[in-house]
Amino acid sequence: MTNGYHIVVCGSIVPDPLQTLEPVQTATGPALKNEMMLPAVLDPWAAHALYEAANLASKAAGSNSKVWLVSVGPKAKLQQVMMTIAQKVSFELVPVDSSASGFADAHATAALLAETIQSIPGLDRSRLLVFGGWESASRGAGATMQLVGERLGILDQFQGVDQIRVLDDVQADGSFEVLERIEGGRHQVSVCPGPPALFGWATGNLPEPRNNPQVGMANMRTVMPALQRAKSVPLPAGGLHFLSASPPKQQRQTRVVKDLPTEQIAREIAEWIGK
Amino acid sequence: MTVDIACVGFGPAMGGFLTTLSRSLLNADGSVRLESTTSPGLPLQVICYERADGMGFGVSGAVTRGRGIRGSFPGVDLTEIPMAAAVKTEKVVYLLDPLRASRRTNLRPFAFKAADRVLRSLGLVFGLKHEAFELPFTPPFMQKHEGLVLSLGQFNQWVSDQVATSGMVQIWPGMPVAEPLIEGDAVAGVRLADQGTDLQGHPEAGFTPGMDLRAALTVVGDGPVGAVGRKIDADVNIGMPQGHESREWALGMKMVIELREDSGLEPGTVLHTIGFPEPEIFGFLYVHPERLASVGIFVPSWFRSPVRTAYRYLQHFMLHPYLWRYLERGTLKSWGAKSLQESGRHGEPYLAGNGYARIGEGSGSTNVLAGSGVDEAWTTGVQLAEAVIELTEQKRAFTRENLEATYVRRRRESWVDEESKIAADARNGFQQGVFTGMIGMAVAGLTGGRVTPASRPNPKSSGLPSLEDAYGSRISPVELKQMQEECAAKGTSLHDRIMDRCGWPQIPMDGKLLISHQDALLMGGGVQASAGYANHVKFRRPELCRACETKLCVEMCSGQALTRGEDAVPAFDREKCVYCGACLWNCAAEGDGTQGNVEFDAGAGGLHSTLN
Repeated sequence: MTNGYHIVVCGSIVPDPLQTLEPVQTATGPALKNEMMLPAVLDPWAAHALYEAANLASKAAGSNSKVWLVSVGPKAKLQQVMMTIAQKVSFELVPVDSSASGFADAHATAALLAETIQSIPGLDRSRLLVFGGWESASRGAGATMQLVGERLGILDQFQGVDQIRVLDDVQADGSFEVLERIEGGRHQVSVCPGPPALFGWATGNLPEPRNNPQVGMANMRTVMPALQRAKSVPLPAGGLHFLSASPPKQQRQTRVVKDLPTEQIAREIAEWIGK
Repeated sequence: MTVDIACVGFGPAMGGFLTTLSRSLLNADGSVRLESTTSPGLPLQVICYERADGMGFGVSGAVTRGRGIRGSFPGVDLTEIPMAAAVKTEKVVYLLDPLRASRRTNLRPFAFKAADRVLRSLGLVFGLKHEAFELPFTPPFMQKHEGLVLSLGQFNQWVSDQVATSGMVQIWPGMPVAEPLIEGDAVAGVRLADQGTDLQGHPEAGFTPGMDLRAALTVVGDGPVGAVGRKIDADVNIGMPQGHESREWALGMKMVIELREDSGLEPGTVLHTIGFPEPEIFGFLYVHPERLASVGIFVPSWFRSPVRTAYRYLQHFMLHPYLWRYLERGTLKSWGAKSLQESGRHGEPYLAGNGYARIGEGSGSTNVLAGSGVDEAWTTGVQLAEAVIELTEQKRAFTRENLEATYVRRRRESWVDEESKIAADARNGFQQGVFTGMIGMAVAGLTGGRVTPASRPNPKSSGLPSLEDAYGSRISPVELKQMQEECAAKGTSLHDRIMDRCGWPQIPMDGKLLISHQDALLMGGGVQASAGYANHVKFRRPELCRACETKLCVEMCSGQALTRGEDAVPAFDREKCVYCGACLWNCAAEGDGTQGNVEFDAGAGGLHSTLN
């Protein structure tokens, strides 16, 4: 694969997982109370995809690879999140000013993502890899990336991916070895002939990259202008209706104990669940 | 890496600086107005680093007259900022002690005990209700009548959004700045914190040494406990002016509460309280839109207790009948704490030097008489930006002389400085006691600072009374010693135990608002400790900690991040640290310099709430 890859990562924002969320009913359907006031982060599933994309791009032969981050969400919140993410890895942001609500219709979101990807100037389909989160911290449907792939006509799709390895050293034809999660804590190993392909990432194997000021400064030359140009696109409801929405029930019993043996922690948790 | 201006810390002062500067970098036709010397042809290259994980993770009261802020946004309705409301009603309320458990029963703040008796016996005359007395007027120096109730987190986020949208400056959160690059009597930039280390700071896989960012001007706005500001203060060449020191502090701890629908509190309601849970502890309740209220207390360094703490006091404060009638059935939405630098003018460092300038709370801008800091901090940032614009247009260097002639001159000629002079000695009376202190504040405020108590307070922790002196009249020395030993053995809070013994009732936990301290960390926004950084709290000389009996740093730790360690040196759990800095000024040990034995470095992470 001498020309490198064109990797498009689909990744939006979700409320900071440390926040306590409260669903409310609005005139347009369910929403999270004061979601715009809460801090947001890049969806952790998509973040793994972004870090894997940057890693693959940096290692691909010829260094002609490029990473785009297609992100659908309220412009102001995208900007806040990019201040952090843009320090970590190099990418070009393709923002779409729209809803990042967890109650969005997966079909409508996928249609918008596919349309946005197709409109990226200079994108070479023969080198195209589409990355995204297999799941999402706010959209549990697990279907969006698959729908994006179908709309782009990409036949080679892999979901629950933990690793891809370029087989250049073995076959030198640009094919990948892909590890997908299957039941029982095991992986299914497949070989993909190469781009175009779509990968819905699980957690991958890479740690969160360090903040690099120089990467940040380089990214910001394109991130801020892209945000300023971002088109505002309403996300249609797609006929989706929610009968009710509620957060997972929480029962909190805090006890502060230091240096408890792992076995005892496990035993106490098991006993607590069993009550 | 080299830029024109390196900025440290994003709070209201930096917000004022970057808002003003970013609007002036280009001419109306898009051409460069203030040209960079590092990148000729481009506007000034400005970069700002904030250690917290987001720009909206600050903590404050905050009610402000907003004079400086309004000046920066003419024609903008600032009440459109989330959680902002125009001040509608303002009251000062004296809270009696309904539990008869506070230190006023100890006869020391005698006047408070006497005041309670008089008010109770003449309740009808004085209009006593709900164990509280509403003062008939708010002293003019405290009034915020035309001001705003704000969430500092939402305000900072709103400001940073606007600045970042301009594309003219770069603001980076999650990037702690370790230290200034001091070269002789000049600051040449900053050094970022090392990444990829273990908790002790040893390099691990992926180690990245902190990058040096050199700049013609370093703007220091990292607050009262910021590493850069404190390292400049401690430098032998450019440290504090003779006679200036930052020894007067308070810990502010607050909750943001969703009120029940029929609480009866209107947005813009402002209550200042005195008298309870201890005479020395001031409190507040500010009402935001959408049934949200900020409720909190200030525990000052002149609260002469060797076991002063905040969280349980905050709970008792909320439970006071005057407040609980509003707060009952409320739900905690956020929690936070911060140290306030209350030395004011006496803690003012050199405001400018060769290659650097100080703005905001760390520069002594907080007005301790008016109880106001956000607007003052903002205004100092604006003043520095105006100075930078003037100097850059005139192609003059950022020398001490030039910055004093532009920035410091603007500050000295402004209302910020005028009012800080009035406030300078207003709190001296607290050295003699809280009642004397309050009388002194009132007299200073009403006479425009012409009449003030004479002495300067010296509330350094090492000057605190012993446990026996503080509680000996209520608990025998033998029992106190026993309690101390038991708490040390179990690793539990001595202050909690003493409060129990002094008659403070247990908190009736409701799981929504009255919750454990640790649940407040979890439910009030969460605390995050970024991996790959060294612990930012260390103890320089462990032997000093071993010899310290009170371990006030542990009692005062806002997040219970400090606990009594096995070898009598406090153990630090960074995953609970909210970066309030209380350990800094609550160290009773005589360490190196004025800040005791605690080393408080730049750290990543901390609270993750934008509501405070």
